[in-house]
Amino acid sequence: MSEGYSTGDIVAASCRGHPVEGIYITNRDGMAVIKLGSGYNIGVDPDSCTLVRAAPPAAPAGEFSVTQDDSLPDLAIISTGGTIASKIDYRTGAVTSRFTADDILRAIPGLSTIGRYRSEVLATILSENMTPATWQALARSVHDAVGDGAAGVIVTHGTDTMAYSASALAYMLKTPVPVVFVGSQRSADRPSSDNIMNAMCAASAATSDLGEVAVVMHATTSDDHCAVHRGTRVRKMHTSRRDAFVSHDMAPIGTVDYPSLEVRLSDDAVRRGHADLALHDRLEERCGLLYFYPGMPEAVVRAHEGCRGLVIAGTGLGHISTACIGAVRDLIDAGTAVVMTSQCLHGRVCDRVYDTGRDLLAAGVVEGEDMLPEAALTKLMWVLGNESDPERVREMMVTDLAGEIRRRSDHGL
Amino acid sequence: MDYDEIGLKAGIEIHQQLDTAEKLFCRCPTRLRQTEEHTGEFFRYLHATVSEMGEIDRAAAEEMMDRRQFRYFTYDTTCLIENDEEPPAPMNQEALGIALQIARTFSMHPVEQVHTMRKLVIDGSNTSGFQRTALVAMGGVLPGGGGVETICLEEEAAQRVEGSTFSLDRLGIPLVEITTAPCMHTPEEVQSTAEYIGMVLRSTGRVKRGLGTIRQDINVSIRDGARVEIKGVQELDLIAEVVAREALRQTNLLAIRDELRARNATVDDETHDVTALFAETRSAILKRAKVVLAVILPGYAGLVGREIQPGRRLGSEISDYVKKCGLGGIFHTDELPAYGVTADEVAGLRAHLGVADEDAVLLIAGSRERCECGARQSRLRARLALEGVPEETRKMLEGGSTAYMRPLPGAARMYPETDVFPVTITDADWTAVTVPELLSDLAVRFEEELGLDPGLARQVAYSERLPLFRSAVDAGIGATLAARTVLATLKELGREGVAVERIAAMDLVLVLRAAEEGRVAREAVPDILGAIAGGAVAGDAVEAHAGGMGDEELSALVRRIVEERAAFVQEKGMRALGPLMGVVMEEARGKVDGRKVSEVLRREISRLA
Repeated sequence: MSEGYSTGDIVAASCRGHPVEGIYITNRDGMAVIKLGSGYNIGVDPDSCTLVRAAPPAAPAGEFSVTQDDSLPDLAIISTGGTIASKIDYRTGAVTSRFTADDILRAIPGLSTIGRYRSEVLATILSENMTPATWQALARSVHDAVGDGAAGVIVTHGTDTMAYSASALAYMLKTPVPVVFVGSQRSADRPSSDNIMNAMCAASAATSDLGEVAVVMHATTSDDHCAVHRGTRVRKMHTSRRDAFVSHDMAPIGTVDYPSLEVRLSDDAVRRGHADLALHDRLEERCGLLYFYPGMPEAVVRAHEGCRGLVIAGTGLGHISTACIGAVRDLIDAGTAVVMTSQCLHGRVCDRVYDTGRDLLAAGVVEGEDMLPEAALTKLMWVLGNESDPERVREMMVTDLAGEIRRRSDHGL
Repeated sequence: MDYDEIGLKAGIEIHQQLDTAEKLFCRCPTRLRQTEEHTGEFFRYLHATVSEMGEIDRAAAEEMMDRRQFRYFTYDTTCLIENDEEPPAPMNQEALGIALQIARTFSMHPVEQVHTMRKLVIDGSNTSGFQRTALVAMGGVLPGGGGVETICLEEEAAQRVEGSTFSLDRLGIPLVEITTAPCMHTPEEVQSTAEYIGMVLRSTGRVKRGLGTIRQDINVSIRDGARVEIKGVQELDLIAEVVAREALRQTNLLAIRDELRARNATVDDETHDVTALFAETRSAILKRAKVVLAVILPGYAGLVGREIQPGRRLGSEISDYVKKCGLGGIFHTDELPAYGVTADEVAGLRAHLGVADEDAVLLIAGSRERCECGARQSRLRARLALEGVPEETRKMLEGGSTAYMRPLPGAARMYPETDVFPVTITDADWTAVTVPELLSDLAVRFEEELGLDPGLARQVAYSERLPLFRSAVDAGIGATLAARTVLATLKELGREGVAVERIAAMDLVLVLRAAEEGRVAREAVPDILGAIAGGAVAGDAVEAHAGGMGDEELSALVRRIVEERAAFVQEKGMRALGPLMGVVMEEARGKVDGRKVSEVLRREISRLA
């Protein structure tokens, strides 16, 4: 029986009658996984395993210290997990997120030529497990780091919800220094990972003249440059490509060339020192985001009763079916702030063109201008966390607070 | 050479591409493309990564700072998986099925659960920086008692276009790697084993054919020698030569070792800057160099220049190591004066360094940094000569000699491929695997059942066009006609640039049947097949050549020709057949079967003679 073997034990086993010997790795799905001398893993019948000798005691982990160059800018790395900080769990074979910020420095020695670092592990979670509470904790950590003199902050983050976190922080923080979110699309354990280039570019952006919350990720599939995206205008647009992040309705606010690491900021980018450091970390969590689809029963809308805010990603210019409008009206009457955005992602909402739109306006829906749905959601959480007067809420929702709304739509699409 | 006496041991790894519809871990076709057809390109850097146990040392940290840029060509037949921009698809079951079929042929034991691994390869040939590979079966037998150790299913690497540019069409094509035990003891045995395994692979009918679709790595050692892996031997016929030359090399290196030891030879630790000595030299290489460094090898004189393989000396081996520093090679006193270096300069060098006649001197020329690296490398290789044969990976040179590539890898750096689930091979799966008929057995059967002569039977059984032949024979076409058509006719057409691969089996059958039935002349078959390959509808192509000359028309033609030459015919009798055949065929070629012409001509001649 294989019970009682631990990873590293040498076991003998039979592979359909052929004797093998190898390192016991784990039991998975009813099979014992063993590593042969050639390095290959195979799965064998656990009942065929016998212990040859127990694993030698684990060698103590090597001490590691990052060599810091005091003449370089003081940067903070706040690690939250994600692929950039991922590593194979040898036991389960899955990729998990468990690197500390020190591990990141260790894995990317080049970072030490850009800054000297203080690091903090805020969380080691996959980004789908983030909550508004994590965003708040993150905002506080960034605030503290900047307050302690960090010239820039790098937040390592899973890419799937990075845009939510970045936009949430954009509302909660007034920052005089760059707060740069970075992740990777291909795991750090592969030689082709985008983690090194992304991290190097992010660090360089964190030392730049930038003064806002941004996302720095590959701009193309080649390792040629990263784009600097505004935190409230960026979206992950591809499941797996390294150039998945796209700025919507505006060009990226900058680029970082690789390997030169030269940062170029656009005129749109908010410059270092533009704002004084401030933290407003209240969020109203009782908010929802609803993706409308044809045939949606009004019960789906009514399920949001009790929410203090609801963002709807409507069709086209910002619509939902006539059948759902009554439910929206009831929500608003009951005190829920409802903000309309568009599934189109590109472009601006206008509920004055068609009848359903006018009905929505009459019901009290707020036009979400050209906000991305997720940027509108985090904004609504922040606005409701700080303001309870419905008129003030409405006013703030249509006012640009952190670059999430553009007053005019450029011709440049 | 008495291979038994020197204790030759050899094993082979055969890499064979499989002819599957899709690649091993994506749904792209396994089609090779011309590089001019590429539709896009991108470039990437690869970095060595932290090992799976999380170990790291300074050397690895340094290595990780290394940026190695590679450029990749993409095609409309490649996808994001080849680009390393999407997780892999599940393992191709067709490929696994073929691997299992091969495993069964060698009486191997399949693993119960196949785990895909990542083997680190950061030379750019894989966009991910690793090759996906999975052990499928173990412990097989070869005729004659040798053993097959393992069969692995792997993805093919990207093909190098030039320098650090790679083409992604080949990346991901499934291949099997078959590793034998070190069970061979003569060069011929290695070659015949490779031939046998190749035949077994082709017996599945599901492997790719043609140059580059099969490659052999050969492991060779002799007693007191060391294991040397020779990579990428593509020509089967060269295998015996490669093994023989490696045995010779190891024997000669051992003899050099013995002689060096007898002379108490050493390697001098000091590097001497002799740049000034060559300030006025006429040697272009030395003159151009910023620095010329000398390394003294006391007791090595005469041995550095001794040949160890055709065209290769100990000096060449030292040069190979030095080339790793970005230098072209070395000069050594065993070969000087030469290359523009004069006898006076050599004498001056020896006097300057104060070396004895039995000492050898190496000269390394280039930039200071590279030369210092070269001096270190040359001392390293020279010291290894004192120990005998270094374990290493070598590449084959033209003719079968080899050159140093890199040290043998240590324990394989293999990581689990976390994006691909393990695949379980159940007893039922294994039982359902059929063993293909070996081509050698098939040839015998063709002889016996179809009456083909042995040579033709073997040729057709081993041919790439065996499936076409089978279709034709199954459709009732005569075996000899079918065999000659697929072997000779198609080959000739192919040589003329006709796209014979476009000829479908059913079309071939249609044409051959028309020929057999006399509706078209056999002579017209190449033209008809050529037309079909060029895009003509088979039926139309046959019609265009059919009925060119009816029986009556032929008789009339032959009668006219015979009568016009009545005197000649009466004089020569049946011997007129040959010359008149040519005359008739000038008018009838392609319109009527030659045999038929001969028949009618014979009848007419005998009537007149």
